[in-house]
Amino acid sequence: MTAAIKRPGWTRAALGMVLGAAFGVGLVVILREISGLPIWQTEQTGYPHVVVPLVTAPLGFLLGFGAFDYWLRWAAGMPTIPEDHSQHGATSWRDYFKFNTDHKVIGVQYVVTTFFFFFMGGLMAMLIRAELAQPGAQIVDPSTYNGLFSTHAVLMIFVFVIPVFAGLANYVLPLMIGAPDMAFPRLNALSFWLLPLAGLMFLGSFLAPGGAFDTGWTGYAPLSTGAPLGQSFFNVGVQFAGASSIATALNFLVTIITMRAPGMTFWRMPLLVWANLSTSLLVVAATPFIAGVQFMVLFDRAIGTQFFEFAGGGDVISYQHIFWFYSHPAVYIMMLPGFGIISEVISTHARKPIFGYRLMALALIGIVVLSYSVWAHHMFVAGMFSWLRVPMMITTLLIAVPTGIKIFSWLGTLFFGKIHTYSTAMLFALAFIVTFTIGGISGVMLGMVPIDIHVSDTYFIVAHIHFVLFGGSVFTIFAGVYHWFPKMTGRMYDERLGRFHFWGTLVGTWGTFVPMHWVGMDGMPRRVADYSAQFGDWNLLISCFAFMLGAAQLVFLYNMIVSWKYGPRAGANPWRANTIEWQVSSPPPIFNFDEIPRVVGGPYEFGVPGAKHAIMAGDGAEAPRPEPATVGTQTAGAP
Amino acid sequence: MTRRLPIAKMFGTTLVLTALISVVMVPIRWNGQGASTAAGPIDTLLDVMIVLSAFVFSLVMVMLFYALWKFKAKPGDESDGEPIHGNTRLEIAWTLIPTIIVLFGGGYSWAVLNDIEDEAENPLKVQVFSQQFAWSFGYPGKDEAWSSGELHVPVDRQVHFKMHALDVIHSFWVPEWRIKKDNVPGIVTTAIVTPNEEGTYQLICTELCGFGHATMRAKVVVESPAEFREWVSGLKQKVPAPLMEQVVQDTEADPLPLGAGGA
Repeated sequence: MTAAIKRPGWTRAALGMVLGAAFGVGLVVILREISGLPIWQTEQTGYPHVVVPLVTAPLGFLLGFGAFDYWLRWAAGMPTIPEDHSQHGATSWRDYFKFNTDHKVIGVQYVVTTFFFFFMGGLMAMLIRAELAQPGAQIVDPSTYNGLFSTHAVLMIFVFVIPVFAGLANYVLPLMIGAPDMAFPRLNALSFWLLPLAGLMFLGSFLAPGGAFDTGWTGYAPLSTGAPLGQSFFNVGVQFAGASSIATALNFLVTIITMRAPGMTFWRMPLLVWANLSTSLLVVAATPFIAGVQFMVLFDRAIGTQFFEFAGGGDVISYQHIFWFYSHPAVYIMMLPGFGIISEVISTHARKPIFGYRLMALALIGIVVLSYSVWAHHMFVAGMFSWLRVPMMITTLLIAVPTGIKIFSWLGTLFFGKIHTYSTAMLFALAFIVTFTIGGISGVMLGMVPIDIHVSDTYFIVAHIHFVLFGGSVFTIFAGVYHWFPKMTGRMYDERLGRFHFWGTLVGTWGTFVPMHWVGMDGMPRRVADYSAQFGDWNLLISCFAFMLGAAQLVFLYNMIVSWKYGPRAGANPWRANTIEWQVSSPPPIFNFDEIPRVVGGPYEFGVPGAKHAIMAGDGAEAPRPEPATVGTQTAGAP
Repeated sequence: MTRRLPIAKMFGTTLVLTALISVVMVPIRWNGQGASTAAGPIDTLLDVMIVLSAFVFSLVMVMLFYALWKFKAKPGDESDGEPIHGNTRLEIAWTLIPTIIVLFGGGYSWAVLNDIEDEAENPLKVQVFSQQFAWSFGYPGKDEAWSSGELHVPVDRQVHFKMHALDVIHSFWVPEWRIKKDNVPGIVTTAIVTPNEEGTYQLICTELCGFGHATMRAKVVVESPAEFREWVSGLKQKVPAPLMEQVVQDTEADPLPLGAGGA
């Protein structure tokens, strides 16, 4: 027993969580006692006895779990435990429930955890559509309904789409650039373990008195500053999800900038690496804004700071400015890694170099720069200074240009290729081009102030965000999961079930989200538990397609679980791709490479006679002598 | 292998598809009935955007399906495609042409925006009060007549709605007018509408404001100036004191652009 308490692990973590919670409650009790406040009064929305433990209990859990052991020993001057790589790799499923510093294990942990939250969020979507199938209230009361769609959005955004990309990249990015691991493996593990804590906190808000947070994922003040306790679960949960994001982004930046294999210049990086570089630049600078603004709401609620309380001198609209200064870049945080995935999948399955590779990379950087200057297009009707609208409209419309470059370049990649559509990943990539084009078109319309004034906060917006986030981001996630499933699990998935899932998802997506444009323009506002009877037929149709979409995801779940256990063994390179992760076994060896590969050319040199992306250990003998024309970075004295 | 593409045929197909989509989609009144002077310009802008979007969408579809039909690998073919890395002229074209299209759209939208927000002389000023979960309205005159839950305005006269939120943010939307504006605690926001069609409409709250959000509606009646005057004079209640305090206390949130008419 004492050993279990001394050793990092679940027992010590449970103890840490209890002690953390006790510490938080104790702190509140002592401070209230000193201040002469009634010790147990919790009537006000603040609920300090819950909010402070919400912060301290997860930290206690992480301490107990061993997330800080190495750093604390080092900081305290104690002898650090020599790295014996016992926290590396996984030999059984139990190893995935440990504090593990192997980027491949962390990648799998991320993907599985985030898909758990995807299915929880999806379940809520099904309840939402069941309620909306008919006008009137049938299944849930309006408050619960508001809680459902708020939690649905928050789970999907903060603990599914954003981190699942971090998970996929965690697995493949170090392999792609020829690195043995991420730059900071312990920070990487900590980033992962912050995530389930955030997700459980969002789900846990359903248990709070007054119900789950019900102010939308946007949590506009002053609705949020006056909301019941559940809102604080959102305020605090976002801190954990945000810290996880920021730490991971830093890790990616350092890994990409400093740990590329010799010969991998920036212009030889696969576009997935470029995409994650761009995304990380967005995360490190933008995410602190949402963390800050949720702290401001939390302080307004708990300690009466009145940032957004107009009666106390606060400014209501400033919440929206700070919120969207993060949350608009956030939609690119949710899209750029997907762009990277699509480039990998399309180039591989069309057997063609990416058309206009450098412009593709520059378009990503262009989106990063522009995305910081468009946030107020969410506020055209919000009552902000009206002269801000036109410049924000122009930048918003201009961001369609780099996005269009990407669409046209993917199409250009297909021309004169040898297109293989046997892989479900490729089907999702091709469907993504179509669906995302629609989402982009409605985005341009929304960018135009006069149209936005009419359709803002209607179902047109719901249709648009789902076309870009489901038809866009989630399609790329499916493409990525199918594409790297053989690499991550060492087994092949079932293409027949994959096709079933693909067609169900495609038809379900269009059937669900296309009619939403129409009812929105015709006058149906968003975020309503009830609507006028004239929209009843369309909503019934939307709900039917939504249930079909939901059912199709169960096929995916079944395919993934069964194939992981029983699928046929995958070879190292089932798609005959060029990038480095496919040149090692599936799954890769514990330290990725016996010898760091040497990069000698671009990542997509399909059809170029004798071209190679990288020379791996073992095939050095047959490696062509580097040609001075293509390897400018090689020193003259190289053998 | 030749690298010729049937450019003329592909472009022709794109135009035909654009025309087909436009013919089907433009006649539909997507935004529903229009009942203000803003509806015409906004609906026309939408129609222009539908045609431009149909062109972009058709172009993507034609390129995609032509490529899939023409360049699909035969079963068992394990060879690679042609090693084409790009085409600078083409890449410049698909950077510049979309830039021109979106800048055109931006300029056009700006013109429409100026058009629909153009201030007429002698507008009617109506105070709008929103609170969880009800609307009420104050009318100018010597004793500030007050109407709860029912908004009347005269036809063919510009109305400036001065909006006040008493608790959280609400949003004022009459779909037939095409105009929407948030009501924000602490500040006055303004919506400019010139109703041009008599009838009965619905005012909808479009900013999530709590459990009663879905049912926060009010009746809107657009009627002849004579009927309107009669209706206002028939209002018995005055605007309650707490609401009048808001009118005095809320600050106008929309200063002129920097440099334009500043001190």
